[in-house]
Amino acid sequence: MAYEPILTSQIDQPGSSTLDFYVQRRRGYEGLRKALTLQPNDLIEQVKASGLRGRGGAGFPTGLKWQFVLKDTPKPKYICCNADESEPGTFKDHVLMERNPHLLIEGCAISCYAIGAKVAYIYIRGEFYHVQQILEAEIEKAYKAGFLGKNILGTGFDCDVFVHRGAGAYEAGEETALIESLEGKRAQPRIKPPFPAVAGLYQCPTAVNNVETLCNVPLIVLNGPEWFSAIGPEKNGGPKLFCISGHVKKPGVYEAPMSTTLRELVYDYAGGMLDDRPFKAIIPGGSSVPLLLPDQLDTPASFDGVQKAGSLLGSAGLIVLNDTVCMVWLAMNLLHFYRHESCGKCTPCREGTNWLSQLLERIESGEGRPKDLDLLFGVSNNIVGKTLCAFGDAAATPVLSTMKLFRAEYEAHVREGRCTLPAEWRAKHPVFAGH
Amino acid sequence: MSFHPQMEYAPAKFHKSARTLAEQGPAFAYTPENQARFDENVAHYPPDQRKSAVLYALYLAQSQQGYLTASAMSHVAQQIGCSAAEVEDVVSYYTMFFTKPVGTYVLNVCRTLSCALLGAERVTEEISAALNIKPGETDPTGTFTLIEVECLGACDRAPVVMVNDDWHERLGPDQVREFIENVRTRGAAAFTGCHLHKEVKA
Repeated sequence: MAYEPILTSQIDQPGSSTLDFYVQRRRGYEGLRKALTLQPNDLIEQVKASGLRGRGGAGFPTGLKWQFVLKDTPKPKYICCNADESEPGTFKDHVLMERNPHLLIEGCAISCYAIGAKVAYIYIRGEFYHVQQILEAEIEKAYKAGFLGKNILGTGFDCDVFVHRGAGAYEAGEETALIESLEGKRAQPRIKPPFPAVAGLYQCPTAVNNVETLCNVPLIVLNGPEWFSAIGPEKNGGPKLFCISGHVKKPGVYEAPMSTTLRELVYDYAGGMLDDRPFKAIIPGGSSVPLLLPDQLDTPASFDGVQKAGSLLGSAGLIVLNDTVCMVWLAMNLLHFYRHESCGKCTPCREGTNWLSQLLERIESGEGRPKDLDLLFGVSNNIVGKTLCAFGDAAATPVLSTMKLFRAEYEAHVREGRCTLPAEWRAKHPVFAGH
Repeated sequence: MSFHPQMEYAPAKFHKSARTLAEQGPAFAYTPENQARFDENVAHYPPDQRKSAVLYALYLAQSQQGYLTASAMSHVAQQIGCSAAEVEDVVSYYTMFFTKPVGTYVLNVCRTLSCALLGAERVTEEISAALNIKPGETDPTGTFTLIEVECLGACDRAPVVMVNDDWHERLGPDQVREFIENVRTRGAAAFTGCHLHKEVKA
């Protein structure tokens, strides 16, 4: 663990969110100063060369995303920062915005300059009101110091950053749904194409980037793309925040290069398993990705590494599960989430999540029938690939993944007509008391 | 009749909309302070895109009145320059708007995986028992409303409860009764707040 945190450096210091701290202790706004001396195209080239991949879940190269933003258009362009962090198990952007908000503000300003936008909207989820207050106060300070507003640093570049508060919708984290929500409508995804780079916010060219992605931009500009890509494995460069929660001793946000293995993250960074119980499985990238088993723990926690192991790094929300977790209960809990959060636009997802949720409740309560397992599988496969956005696939994943890896548990539930975990676990562990 | 050969026809179980008309409520208008806040916020968006401010406008109305009535939605629609139906459409979609009166403290208990792994279901049960209300209900004194919500994005501090706009972290099931008593006597001072926030202030 010789790695020195970059994004989250000194966040435990008092006053780490203030402008003075950022300028004096973190070389704050030097990246912006440098960026404004470059041509926007060179900036995009630098971000491309760094290999920065989107931190929101898809891992799409950020430089390419910016390059796709239409250039020759009379319309204004926009940067939308996706701070709607609502993937279960993910809480990294929260830390960045709360403890290092100026890094995001600087990232927004540089990104605006790169794609030729004059306004960046930070779409923050409604539940993060305490974070929003910090962010807004710091944005105001940045305006006063001349890092935002008109004629920034005397270069003639204008840039505004506004915070837009959401109101409780997981789906608003999808980029086109986020745009719809920003336009004051229901957060429901649009048909793509056209992609936001062509017709996004108010039908104008738009780049939607995650908080952590934008936070990396000032660092790339300041230290150069080679410095960035040298951290971590090839094509998975740069510092990465990992959110570790569930059955570990020290849950929290940890920064590490993506060459770190899942085992190191769980046992070294997060202090190992809670109460030293055996490890059963891990969800490596937020609730929407397949589970990994103990023998896959030596997988490097990179986009490509985790994908090779059969899952996805997603938003790097690691949920660690010990042996007391019933996998049917886990799928039921997550499908309750997806059923609640489905935006209702596409029928397979709207109806399918409801069916899956009911079927899982039936099996978990001991009333499952043998044909229910096939029905679960059938309904899941009728959602996957049949919806406008990735939500449908995400919703079916917990079911398909637990059925594939732990089918015996499902069968035992149906056969014995009850949750099959030992009775003393159910009694002791708060999770199972309600069964 | 059935939509799928393997699915039984059970109308009670269909995913039906629970839509009811919002209560009309007394005449509503922003206070001058809220009007000023709205005018400031709507300027963040292009002049022809006032609708972008609808969520903000609704939050303002909700903070002024506690919940949203049909009159409040009409007022918001007037401010935005759209139809009241469009505003109601938005209200019905997002979970953070209330169309019924709620208690002074709205306890939003996170029930998604990471919190559930550490006992969130028991937390809800304990609150239910302590206040004698079910999730979605308000206690007779109008002090507490209990709501089960999905992931709040503080999984490292599970189980988490959002109380109005504030947070209470690591609320174990066995601490619930003490917590409720604390809130009753000390009000908002009983909340732990966000751990990150607190350390910054220190």
